[in-house]
Amino acid sequence: MLDERTIGLFLEGTIDTIYVTLASTLFAYVFGIVMGVALVITRKDGIRPNALVYSVLDVFVNLTRSFPFLILLIAVIPLTRLIVGTSIGNNATIVPLVISAAPFVARLIESSLLEVDPGVVEAAQSMGASTRQIICKVLLPEAKPSLINGSAIAATTILGYSAMAGAVGGGGLGKLAIQYGYMRYQTDVMIVTIILLIVIVQAFQSIGNWATRKCDKRSR
Amino acid sequence: MNDTLRDDAPPASQAEALIRIVDLEKRFQGKNTDVYALRGVNLEIRRGEIFGIIGKSGAGKSTLVRCINMLERPTAGHVFLEDKDLCTLSDAELRRARRSMGMIFQQFNLLMQRTAEQNVTFPLELVGTPQDKARERARELLDLVGLAKRMNAYPSQLSGGQKQRVAIARALATNPRVLLCDAATSALDPATTDSILALIKDINTTLGITAVVITHEMSVIEKICSQVAILGKGTVVESGAVADVFFHPKTEFARRLVLPEPLQNMPHERLYRLIFNGRSSFEPVIANMVLECGCPVNIMYADTRDLDGVAYGQMVLQLPERKESIERIMAYAKARSIMLEEMPHA
Repeated sequence: MLDERTIGLFLEGTIDTIYVTLASTLFAYVFGIVMGVALVITRKDGIRPNALVYSVLDVFVNLTRSFPFLILLIAVIPLTRLIVGTSIGNNATIVPLVISAAPFVARLIESSLLEVDPGVVEAAQSMGASTRQIICKVLLPEAKPSLINGSAIAATTILGYSAMAGAVGGGGLGKLAIQYGYMRYQTDVMIVTIILLIVIVQAFQSIGNWATRKCDKRSR
Repeated sequence: MNDTLRDDAPPASQAEALIRIVDLEKRFQGKNTDVYALRGVNLEIRRGEIFGIIGKSGAGKSTLVRCINMLERPTAGHVFLEDKDLCTLSDAELRRARRSMGMIFQQFNLLMQRTAEQNVTFPLELVGTPQDKARERARELLDLVGLAKRMNAYPSQLSGGQKQRVAIARALATNPRVLLCDAATSALDPATTDSILALIKDINTTLGITAVVITHEMSVIEKICSQVAILGKGTVVESGAVADVFFHPKTEFARRLVLPEPLQNMPHERLYRLIFNGRSSFEPVIANMVLECGCPVNIMYADTRDLDGVAYGQMVLQLPERKESIERIMAYAKARSIMLEEMPHA
């Protein structure tokens, strides 16, 4: 089983999976941070309460999160084609992954930011901080350890979804597991794929934990 | 002509006032009826004084201090800082006005991910002060509060008293005219409380910064305040110079704060309160009184207090049952200008 070709496949699959996961996580954060911050500041006890914006965002996030990923993956194919020009391959997988992960990331960010002591926000307000300054200088920096911890959770969740993309022509370890492990009954390939996925998840989580501990100034 | 001139000039008291609170009201919408946290509050805080606001929890004192810098928006009334009505300012103007009012909190509210020094530079960053200048100012202020050596420590490495010192340094960074202290010592032990109060007093005298001190402890008022307002159920029930309120509490609220807890509900009659100042404590007042009047008194309670730097003692006596004896004692007290007054029955 461990001939040169198979090892090459595993290597390629691992690299593809890490690439798709990290790229999707990055883009999901670009949208997620905006939505998460908006959710926190527009809520009733937030610094810029706005019932309309909050409820629209809240419903949108819940709606997107309740979509089964496999269905979403197929449903957004026209959009994927529009953005990356094709509906197969690594880059094509990133589009639905970002769409599905961004609302999840928004919730992670929302819960991290809500952990910031409201008293600290009040103190900043008493010093004349603007809304932007409170977001950039208080909420995000004070929540940093929790945000980093959340990003490890987001990355591992996105990794799990990315394997599903293998079913519709996406690359990576998911493709190996489906094409070789499942369709060709190559149990050994399946087992190796799973072990590789476990190692990657473990690595993400360990890096996340380490970085969280490293940057948190509260526990020394 | 002279008359017109006099009319144009603001009254003396108004000219001195740094903060004027006029008919302030804060109403919260309840389920069935509205709840008034504050109602018809009028106060005048003069430049350079330490103004105490005391009340039980739920009296509205935290809401009141938060209305001073608009962290809570009053539902009616005005708050003037110098001659600016803070209630009518735009967001940007309000942010600017807030920089002239430093605030410290019961829970310190330091940024946990920043060092002591970075906490002090924070308000300066907000106004775009160059970093080297901000750091220089931070070091100066940390030195002032006695924490120069801990400037690189994170809040989690500091004790409660040290955290409050950093918070005070931070509140002073933008050279405010007022320091608002919201129950700033309530989370601290008695010794630390005293040192923080001494620091506030010191800042008041050396830097000339007016302070507004919110507390539920009479001892805090006695130690540093010159003026006091007693808040009960959202209104000012009594206010004035601390010594006046202490010697002659007019209302039930004030009496409860001034008098020791165990005496408040004592069913006894014929209780009289005797107040000593520095002068009368040199002579054996009670002993002389008993000898001269020829009737015994029962000492129910005694303590000493330090009001604005002057030591005062108070003693609660139960006088004999016979009317003539009471009259004789009262006359004796009056002749020697000893402050002796009957306490209202519980």
